[in-house]
Parts: sequence; C-alpha cells; structure tokens
Amino acid sequence: MRPRIQLLSPELVGRILREAFELLMSPGVRVGSAVVELLRSAGVEVGVATGVAAGVAANDGVARIPERLVQQCLASVPRDFYLYNRQGEKAVHYGGDDVHFDPGSCCVQMLDPDTLEARPSETRDLVRIVQVTEMLPQFAAQSTAVVCNDACSDSKLPSAIGDLYRLFIVLQHSDKPIVSGSFSAAGLPGMIDLLVADTGGPEKLRQQPRAVFDVCPSPPLNWSEFGSHNLLDLARAGVPAEVVSMPLAGGTAPVTLAGSVTQHAAEVLAGITLHQLARPGSPIVWGGAPAIFDMRTGGAPMGAVETAMLNMACSEVGKHLGLPTHGYLVATDSKLVDAQAGAESARSAMLGALAGINMISGAGMLESLACFSVEKLVIDAESIASAQRLARGIEVRSDDVRGDDVRGQTLATAMFAQTGLSGEFLQLKETRALFRQEQHLPSPVIDRTARGSEPPTDVFTRARTRVDDLVSKYRKPALSEDVLRKFQAIVARESEREADRAGVATEGSGK
Amino acid sequence: MDRVWEYGHSNHVLEPSWMCGGSQSGDSPPEYNPGLHRPIPGLISAGGSVSDPLFGAMLQSIIDGSPEKATELAQQALANGVDPLDAVNRGFAVGIKFAGDQFGCGEMFLPDLLASAEAMKAAIKILEPEMLRRGSQREALGKIVLGTARGDIHDIGKNLVATILSASGFQIFDLGTSVTPEQFVAKAKEVDADIVGVSALLTTTMAGQKSVIEALDRNGLRPRVKAIIGGAAVTAKWAAEIGADGYSRNAIDALELARNLMSKVTGKVTNKETAQA
Repeated sequence: MRPRIQLLSPELVGRILREAFELLMSPGVRVGSAVVELLRSAGVEVGVATGVAAGVAANDGVARIPERLVQQCLASVPRDFYLYNRQGEKAVHYGGDDVHFDPGSCCVQMLDPDTLEARPSETRDLVRIVQVTEMLPQFAAQSTAVVCNDACSDSKLPSAIGDLYRLFIVLQHSDKPIVSGSFSAAGLPGMIDLLVADTGGPEKLRQQPRAVFDVCPSPPLNWSEFGSHNLLDLARAGVPAEVVSMPLAGGTAPVTLAGSVTQHAAEVLAGITLHQLARPGSPIVWGGAPAIFDMRTGGAPMGAVETAMLNMACSEVGKHLGLPTHGYLVATDSKLVDAQAGAESARSAMLGALAGINMISGAGMLESLACFSVEKLVIDAESIASAQRLARGIEVRSDDVRGDDVRGQTLATAMFAQTGLSGEFLQLKETRALFRQEQHLPSPVIDRTARGSEPPTDVFTRARTRVDDLVSKYRKPALSEDVLRKFQAIVARESEREADRAGVATEGSGK
Repeated sequence: MDRVWEYGHSNHVLEPSWMCGGSQSGDSPPEYNPGLHRPIPGLISAGGSVSDPLFGAMLQSIIDGSPEKATELAQQALANGVDPLDAVNRGFAVGIKFAGDQFGCGEMFLPDLLASAEAMKAAIKILEPEMLRRGSQREALGKIVLGTARGDIHDIGKNLVATILSASGFQIFDLGTSVTPEQFVAKAKEVDADIVGVSALLTTTMAGQKSVIEALDRNGLRPRVKAIIGGAAVTAKWAAEIGADGYSRNAIDALELARNLMSKVTGKVTNKETAQA
C-alpha cells in the first residue's frame, strides 16, 4: 500500500471546480491579444475590460469562457507523458502518483558559503548547481536554476536573452530532462530551437521532449500577453507546458485556502483551454506555486505549512481531473542554511511526496525563492530521499534470496528459522540482499556516527564537503561539435535579434 | 539490484587520493584499470602485484562477499601449486583491505563487510592446512582476547570486531558474553595475549570495563597487554578515565586501533597506512 495524504473530500473538490467554472464566466479571465482571435473563433465572448476605452482594448480583453468549452479542452489533454534524457530514455513520468523532484528555478541570487551573504548569481553558480543535480539520483530533472548575471548584462550578451542562455548552459552540462521557462514572449522560440538542435529535429522533440516549460498566469485570473503567447507557442511546438499558477492567499487571492485553490483551478483551466485550442492533444501540466500571503511581511512564505497545504490541495484537484501535476515545495524562507531551512524543506518534501505530486520544484531555494544555495540542495536531497522512501511505504518482499520459493514469502519466520534465538540477523543473506531496498542509506551529509575525539561538524559544513565531492566526481556529457556549434549559433542569432529589438519593452519575468 | 564493486575498474587502492571514489579532488578521473600493477603498501609483500588474474579473482570474491567463490578459488590455487601465503597476501587479503576502505568511505555497509569477512574465512579454511604443511603459516598480526563486560549480553558489536579483526589476520580468542574480569585475565595469560578487548553496550555495564582493566593491572599484565574498549555509550573520555589503551567507534576503527597498538607492543609497524575511516 502506498501511503497518501488527501486534504479535500470529493464533495469539496466538486465545489471547487463548480466555483472555478463560475469564475471563468464571471468575472472572466483577462487574456493577451495573441489568443483573442483563437477564443473568439471558439465562440468565446472576449469583451472590453472595465476602465479601458473601447477601441484600444484588444490587449486588455476579458474572456468569458463557458464550462462546455473548458470540458472539451480538458478531454483532449494527455493523461500522462514522459520527459526523455539525452540518451532518448524515458526519465520523468508526468502522470499517476509518480513523484519527481527538481531544483528551484530562476533565482537571481546565490548564497556565498564563505561570507553567508547573498550575491548576484553567475554562470559558474549555474554550472555548479547543474553538476551537483546531475550527480544526485534524487533529482529526476534539472532546472534552469539561476540567472547568469555575469554573462547577460549591458556589456555582454543582452540580459533579455538570459532565459535562453540558462538553457544553453544546462544543455551543455547535463543529460537529464529540464524544467525551464522563458522570460518573454520573444524568448521562447530561441529556447525551443536549442532543444530541437539537442534532440535532432522538431518532430523528434515532439515525440521525445527533453524539457517542460513553466508558464505563469498573473493572479488573479490574468493570462498576460507573455503568458498567453507562450502557451500558444508551446502547444504548437508540442513541447510540454506546465501552468504555474501562483495565487497568494489573502494578497492576490481569497484568504481562505479553499478560495485560493478555487482561483488556482480557474487560472489553470483557462490556461489549458487556450493551450488546447491552439493544438489539441499537446501535453500540459496542472502546476502551481501557490502560497499564503504573509500578513507581517507581505511576502510569500514558501516554508509555511499552509503553502504546502495549498500545493497539495491544488494537485488533488488536478488529479481529480486525471491530469499530470506539479507543485513548488522543498523551499524555505530562511536566509541561511539552518534548522528552519531544514525543517521547512524536509516537511514540505514529505507532504508533496505523500500527495503524489508528479513534479516538485523548489529544492535549494532560500529566502522565499530569492536566493539559491547549492549546499542546501544537497541537504534537501537527503530530505527528498527520505520522502521518497516514505512514499514507497511498507513493502512485503517476495524476493527469493536463496532460491527457495516458500522462504521468500514469509515476513519473519523464514529468517528466524535460520537464526533461532541467536539474534544473528546481520549475517543473513537476506539482510545483505534486502537492506538497500528497505533502508535509505544517507550520504555523509546526515550524521549518524558516534561521538569521536574530533569536535562534531554541523550540517552546513558537511554539505560543503559533499558539494565539493560531487563536483569532483561529475563528468561533463559528451556533446558533438556539431550540436555545440548549433547551440552557439542560436545564442549569437538571438543576441543580434535582441539588439535589433532594443527599445521594445519586454514583459514580466518567467519561472 | 545490489551494487557491484568492480575492483579492477578503479585504482582505489593504488592512489590514496581516490580512496573514497575520488572525493579528495584532482582533475583526472580514475581510468579503467584492468588489474593492479603496483604494490599496495603494507598489504602485499614487497614487489607483489595482482596482475595475475587468479589473484584478481580472489580479491574480487572477497569484495563480492562470496564464500563459495572464495573456496573455489582457494582450491584452484592449491591445485595450481600457488603458494597459499601468496594467495592470501596477494589475493584475498587485498580484498579485505579494499572492503575495509570502502566501509570507511561509507560505500560499503555492515552486511557487505560481514559477507567479505565470511568469504575470507572460507578461503583461509581451505588454505590453512597447506600453509601448516609448508610451515609457512600466515604470521598473526597479534593475539586478541575479546568478550562483553560482566552482565552485558549484547554482543553484536563485539562479534563484528571479532570477525573483522580475524579476517584481517589477528588471532581472536572470543570469550562470548558476560565475561568476568577473572576470565579475561586467565585467558590473556593462557594465550599470551597482546590485546584484551572489552565491549559494553549499557551504561550500567560500562563499569565492568574498568574492573577488567583493574584486574589486568593487579595481575601485572599491563602495560605489556593492551586493554581496549568499545560500545555504543563508550567515549574517548571514558576510555581515558579508566586508563584504557584505546577505544574505537566501530569495527573498522578497531582494526586500525589494534594495528597501531601492535606496533607499540612489538615495536614494529604492522601497517603504516592511515585508515580512511
């Protein structure tokens, strides 16, 4: 039996969805101009937003999306799909109760382990995070974890292609699938081109997607120009999209958890509708980064238990609809890699795993997603491994250790038949054959040793050693010269385009 | 499902810097190495190597923890006229050393280590009669009397120490559980022990460790005979307080401790290496 936690009764899920459908009609959803025609041709009324003069309101239109259309779009969403690694193997299964973890994404600051201060993140930080993530089996996927402030600035590459540049770095250093996202409507096509170059063609990328792209509505109920545009581009390219709806309970969403879950559902349903209208059957994930709104600081406390509850409940609604799910957990609000960071991150890792969320992003993140620590990432990996162990539950092993069918079928009596009352279980072949499955064997980040003559070390010190250790063992993937040249050409091309676009404002910031 | 340690696939034992899988930094990865071509300090008799595939298979059988395979290879060695002492020193014992190092690094675990020790025992059992016949018996690293303190029946730790030390070449006299100070003294005299080891799990039986040391002192056995202690609650502070010659936290550390003490007992260094534990 696989242990699970559910927070919503079936009746409550039904109520949440009913109200979400109501919200899609009234007050409706603000949508970008890119999707207005698409919606209108599907029979959706897209009106003029209040307070905006008629005639110039095309970009600010509010769509009233009927449940009938949403249901029709829901029906065409794939129930599950896979992400593939560079070798073309299935590596992440979005669907069912399978649980995967990836590091948090799009941080702009990095915790310096020497000074314990947050400084702007750089390319070397992203490379280090990717190297460590590549080495840890707890992470099924990479993320474009931090922005490379050194490479993309006024004097070098345009900062507007920072999204593309992150993916360029990750692709060079990893074979794993990638959770990514673009910073603008204009940024996405170049990123898709990078993936096409990596995979070997647009059709191959559609069949064996290596990456999923986070696309964020702006709460409440607003699919901005940038978000709308990304949904269409992803659907048309057949590259999986992950809707990351981020209601802040009490701030940009109803203060009640149930109310915020309802808003989340409405935002994701609207996103799915736009996406499926563009290309029915394209893969899309019921995802999110919901949080409560902190009534002292006005921030989004990612370590709060209510934030974890929101993620779990939102995922439950998605599961009810039979869709792949995503959440944002394993993060903390602490500024240091301390006991608060450990407690908050480990707690939400366990809750997320027990909720069966398919992809859980957020490991390595400090300061309410404002700062990344690679030391925290290796500590989080231990919490994740524990959560994964818990989610496997108590298993009855039928392993046939000695080639004797009957023996393998008992829980304890067959082993006692060998040991009697001697207590010599450590010597049993069963012990050696099964202990690795029964127990998670932690890395030295977790201290279980007896006190010795040396003073004990704290977890941050051990995590620093572990990071160095993993980086020293890491080997860069072999990438063909041809593919690398294609990557470089795409980065150069997008830099020039961006220079041409100079002066045109880019919008928002992606996940 | 099980992890596989392919000894020949890295030069773990050759380069201390790669002892724990290359964690000590360095730019170049350990390259594939089909066999060992250099002597291993302290383990292989001078100039020895494991370039011989038979020796390679022997140490692999220990790493795999397969008593069946180790037995078969020991028999094969005898049939081929291989010096049994060479089979131990250049084959099987290298595997035990490797297993100990891997345990110290956290790469191998207690059940693996015990399986390796069992495989070692199986090999020695086959080789010993021939070693006796040739008069080339493997020189014991030292004689150790072991037991748990009076009133303490917890012996899992003591048994581990006995197994590891025995597999590593020490001669072990295991008195079992709840051993009185007098029994320790009598056995130490009888076998002319180098080391007496007293294990205690409980804080209530730890006092028994002190009684043994006092009895050894009363009978004039110390400082020639060294007294070592171990157990979950035992600390360096307690060891110092009762005048023990040493203590260790686990079986692999105990091996290192015993080796170091033997160098004091005999005045010669049995193993200059520092365990990576």
